[in-house]
Amino acid sequence: MPELLSVKNLKIEATSYPPGEPPKVVTLVEGVSFDLQKGKVLGLIGESGAGKSTIGLSALAYGRGGCGITGGEVLLNGKDILKLDRSGINSVRGAHVCYVAQSAAAAFNPAHKLGEQVIEASLRHGIMNRAEAQKRALYLFRVLGLPNPETFGERYPHQVSGGQLQRAMTAMALCPNPELIVFDEPTTALDVTTQIDVLAAIKHAIEETHTAALYITHDLAVVAQISDDIMVLRHGKTVEYGTTKQVIEAPKEDYTRALVSVRQTKRDEATDQSGTLLKIENVHAAYGNGFKVLHDVSMHLPKGQTLAIVGESGSGKSTLARVITGLLPPTEGHITFEGKELPRTLKGRSREELRRIQMIYQMADTAMNPRQTVRDIIGRPLSFYFSMHGARKTERVKELLDQIEMGSRFLDRYPAELSGGQKQRVAIARALAAKPELILCDEPTSALDPLVAEGILNLLMKLQEETSVSYVFITHDIAIVRAIADSVAVMHRGRLVRFGPKSKVLSPPFDDYTDLLLKSVPEMEIGWLERVLKTRRMESAGN
Amino acid sequence: MNVKSIPISAWIGIAGIALAILCAIFAPVLAPYGERDVVGEIWMPAGGDFLLGTDNLGRDLLSRLIYGARTTILVALAATVLSFALGMILSFAAAVMGGFVDQLFSRFNDLMMAIPTLIFALVVLAVLPQHLWILILVMAVLDSTRVFRIGRAVALDVAVMEFVEAARLRGEGSLWIIFREILPNTLSPLLAEFGLRFAFSILFLSTLSFLGLGIQPPAADWGGMVKDNKDGIIFGISAALVPGAAIATLAICVNLVVDWLMKRTSSLKGGRGDA
Repeated sequence: MPELLSVKNLKIEATSYPPGEPPKVVTLVEGVSFDLQKGKVLGLIGESGAGKSTIGLSALAYGRGGCGITGGEVLLNGKDILKLDRSGINSVRGAHVCYVAQSAAAAFNPAHKLGEQVIEASLRHGIMNRAEAQKRALYLFRVLGLPNPETFGERYPHQVSGGQLQRAMTAMALCPNPELIVFDEPTTALDVTTQIDVLAAIKHAIEETHTAALYITHDLAVVAQISDDIMVLRHGKTVEYGTTKQVIEAPKEDYTRALVSVRQTKRDEATDQSGTLLKIENVHAAYGNGFKVLHDVSMHLPKGQTLAIVGESGSGKSTLARVITGLLPPTEGHITFEGKELPRTLKGRSREELRRIQMIYQMADTAMNPRQTVRDIIGRPLSFYFSMHGARKTERVKELLDQIEMGSRFLDRYPAELSGGQKQRVAIARALAAKPELILCDEPTSALDPLVAEGILNLLMKLQEETSVSYVFITHDIAIVRAIADSVAVMHRGRLVRFGPKSKVLSPPFDDYTDLLLKSVPEMEIGWLERVLKTRRMESAGN
Repeated sequence: MNVKSIPISAWIGIAGIALAILCAIFAPVLAPYGERDVVGEIWMPAGGDFLLGTDNLGRDLLSRLIYGARTTILVALAATVLSFALGMILSFAAAVMGGFVDQLFSRFNDLMMAIPTLIFALVVLAVLPQHLWILILVMAVLDSTRVFRIGRAVALDVAVMEFVEAARLRGEGSLWIIFREILPNTLSPLLAEFGLRFAFSILFLSTLSFLGLGIQPPAADWGGMVKDNKDGIIFGISAALVPGAAIATLAICVNLVVDWLMKRTSSLKGGRGDA
């Protein structure tokens, strides 16, 4: 069988302009080769910066923002598309090769109806006339399982959910009947329960239309469900390339093995229920416009333990953290901290009360002032709460840097000069500097690559052992809950669905929502997707 | 930061500004003739005794240009700096405190902006006694309404960032949040505005002088000199273009320096440009 897409010895370079230095050429991708046959799916996997998106876009002969494809060949049906002129490339893009972006919300024009945007490429390339294109769009809406396919195209992007939008984007890519589609992390921005539906729809549509696909993701468990072959990338080079079965079940390289086993740390829960640190009783909360976000939530956390709050976006889990911090005062209910009731608002709390509860954010990028050095960021709580100055403060900052396994050479760096994982570590050190009794962690690892995230989790656990700090850990990832929690609270649409020790919450009998949530977490196993779709009891909210 | 990393364009700007300031400080030493002395014929061409020619009354143009740098730079710079201090403090306070304070400041600002600037300045300057510092103050207050608008917009963008929330959670006061968390992150757009506002200040000053309410003759200022000599243009005499070119050059020099400063402080993502 002839190859549809054949990439040979691809080399992609970009010029970077470090201030104060002469521009230098950086090699992003080097020596990457793969073949893709008609109707097959190749998964490109790697952490951020591995070059997977850059390689995916090379199939459209496109170099993003200053990247140039400087070497190798990209053969589409035997023809090197890198050698085509502008009009030649235009006739390939959107007709023979289509692209599905990570954020469908940003990729659709909000001013036009979905139907028009889905058929636009087919009309522009003269592949179909309007009637044919609309017929094909309707067919694709059906295949992708969109609600009311007849009228779906009449809607505007803001009128449909994120999961539906991602499927509409897949329909847009499939509409001109392309030979190849490049999926760039199509489910990464979605909730797990929505992800599973989109994944199933994409898989079904690919099989139905016999289109080949490049599927780019950082989640090995996701790609295992959908692809025939997998290529593992790191720093722009191929680490391992093989069939899905081989890569998942018998990985050859250490790096792949680490990726496969990354979600398998587990911890036994602490059973000691004495000495309650934080107690939340019948808390209700509403936004300023009167919209109620929390309904009658109660839970408690013993000292030195970890309470995980799980739920998808909109479940009110982050709002609960804001209520605990006092940023959003509860409308009803009480929060007690070590037996004493906490004042409802931030203003009502004393400095000492503020010191004892610290917070770690999801995006370490925006949680740190980009104009302050690591020394200032970690040092400020020291001088603010403990009036430490000069050498004593520097000494303590160094200690904290050692505790987060970074070391004093980072003292005078700015956040922009740190990697994602290092930034999150500095944020942890800042929280730690206040010697808190409770740290609220709002999805601290969800923006990080799996291996880096695991490092952060291990660090948090180590710190808990050393300082017996308690955590409220907000997450949507059940694997993390398994790994670190002592007790678990499951939230759904502002209500507490389930609360108790981890062993009890995560073992049957389940309520319907917990069942759906647990089953939606991708597992590193081929055929998991089909099995789950057959056995689950409840449709996800995205439908 | 080191001296080597300053680009050539910024050096040109710095040199231009330094020259203007030197002229302003050492005017009596540098100027070949007195500021107010009639030393020759009307509108003599450049060259000979008078390097740039003479003006509409026969005064030496170069000497007046050098003396004019004093008033022009002093008034324009003082007014711009003052307007920025005023506008930024008020706008940041409005953005950080929000609620009633924000409404009060913003609506008052709207009220000020609703009155045409020039008419407002004319009325106020006509009523108040003619002092240099009153002129500076009026210009600063009027300009600060524009600074307030921009300052509030950029500060609001930064005030919702998580690191500001983190500072609030720590229990920091408004002053710390304004000066340590927000200000360093809003410098780029404000610096850009500073360059622009400085140029406008010179123009506004010359407009006021033209209407008889700015710098009072016979004291020289660049805008006033353009006005004095504008009639010569009809007869093909370029005396008015000389102070005009001085205004343009100074404005460009200021903006060259501001551009460089902006690059150094730009972008939340990239951190410091020279790091």
